[in-house]
Amino acid sequence: MGTSMKYLCLVYMEPQKLHAVPDSECAACGAGMRSRGVLIAAEALQPVDTATTVRVRNGRVSVTDGPFAETKEQLAGFYLIEAKDLNEAIQTAAKIPPAREGSVEVRPVRELNP
Amino acid sequence: MTDPLNNVHETVSAVYLSDSRRVLATLIRLLGDFDAAEEALHEAFRAALEQWPREGVPKSPRAWLVSTGRFKAIDAMRRRARFGALEEAGDADIAVIDTAAWADEESVEDDRLRLIFTCCHPALAPDAQIALTLREVCGLTTEEIARAFLTPAPTLAQRIVRAKGKIRDARIPYEVPARSDLPERLDAVLRVIYLVFNEGYAASSGATLTRHDVSAEAIRLGRLLVDLLPEPEAKGLLALMLLHDSRRAARTSASGELILLEEQDRALWNRDQIGEGIRLVEQALSSRRFGLYTIQAAIAAVHAEAPSADATDWAEIVGLYDALLGFDASPVIELNRAVALAMRDGPAAGLAIIDRILARGDLADYRLAHAARAELCRRLGRTADARGSFERALALTRQEPERRFLERRIAGLGG
Repeated sequence: MGTSMKYLCLVYMEPQKLHAVPDSECAACGAGMRSRGVLIAAEALQPVDTATTVRVRNGRVSVTDGPFAETKEQLAGFYLIEAKDLNEAIQTAAKIPPAREGSVEVRPVRELNP
Repeated sequence: MTDPLNNVHETVSAVYLSDSRRVLATLIRLLGDFDAAEEALHEAFRAALEQWPREGVPKSPRAWLVSTGRFKAIDAMRRRARFGALEEAGDADIAVIDTAAWADEESVEDDRLRLIFTCCHPALAPDAQIALTLREVCGLTTEEIARAFLTPAPTLAQRIVRAKGKIRDARIPYEVPARSDLPERLDAVLRVIYLVFNEGYAASSGATLTRHDVSAEAIRLGRLLVDLLPEPEAKGLLALMLLHDSRRAARTSASGELILLEEQDRALWNRDQIGEGIRLVEQALSSRRFGLYTIQAAIAAVHAEAPSADATDWAEIVGLYDALLGFDASPVIELNRAVALAMRDGPAAGLAIIDRILARGDLADYRLAHAARAELCRRLGRTADARGSFERALALTRQEPERRFLERRIAGLGG
């Protein structure tokens, strides 16, 4: 139990609020997390109308425009972090600047059992 | 009755009642898993039934049960590890629990708080928090909880399984929150306890008005919390529950009909509960760190101290509602304040406020808003308005005794 876990923090925003938080603030947040050793990776994403969905059915690749489901808030970026438990992950997630405009979904990473 | 075997069985049952939840709380910390701890608890009591008649009851039954449960769990883990590829993981877990300083008195006392805060963790769904708290902290069976909440038992069992799964997979820690998080996390615990109490006190649907067992369980929980963490709002909530519960015998007639506060036989109110409730309110108020529960308890205390509805200090109650609105400007509190104001300044003054709230559309579907409006119209002799509002309330109620009460009110308006 002493080991740390990985959590993926998915940032959701309404499209018109995508630029409500300045990039510089997000960059500073990422840099701070990195220097504290809790950040594994973080990226902001292009708006959802640039997204392409890929599926493979019966061995054939099908490509469609857009995301799987239409929702009000859309995936705008992610932070992959390390934390000792959910409380620590929530503390880190609460410091992600877009949390005050949109929402941050905190998902524990599942280790594959190959 | 000197049959020693029987005596030991009675002792084991008594220890189960008084200590099984504490033992479970410590085992969860030691084993890091709810299911493993429940199994270990079972095994420990099974061993007690076998060994105590032969070897005598140990000096500290609780410590014996924890150490036996822990030993049985380690044993089971070793056995399982021997079978599968889990060997490495199994050994690592065993190493951790072998070195745990489990017997430390302070951590053992904290275990019950850890259990409460974990069951009421805000990352769990509200329904799941309630079910898990009643199951793990109070030790109710899934069937008992299902009956109290009018929910099918399989649904409830599923809720508990899912909550335990989330605690494990998302790694919700088994800990008392840090000072900085305590106020918010305590709020979540208090909310769960109050919801449980209300479920018993005023069942939101169904044929009986009070399902007292659930309320008693909530009061027991409230008491436990005050023992473990004597925060002002925890005392305020316990006071609020005691003061409401003190009127239980007076709020329904022998035939199960609802009786309004002002018409209740105050000789039936439970004076012990009132005394305890008032003492707790005073303690909470003097802390100056009180909140919503304490103020609501103070309102209930003013009612409890009044010899009759007319002799109630309505000015004090209106003042307390003003304080309450300062914390939480909710329309339901505004409504309650309007009713108190009607008692202080007359029905017309109260009615004007209720009409303003309803005109905003805030409480358009809230049965008690229409019932309160009807009552004030009735007192003003506006019979047609009273009838209309009673009928609106009747259409919105889902509770049998309340329906009958409103029907009696309508009939009482006359031709």
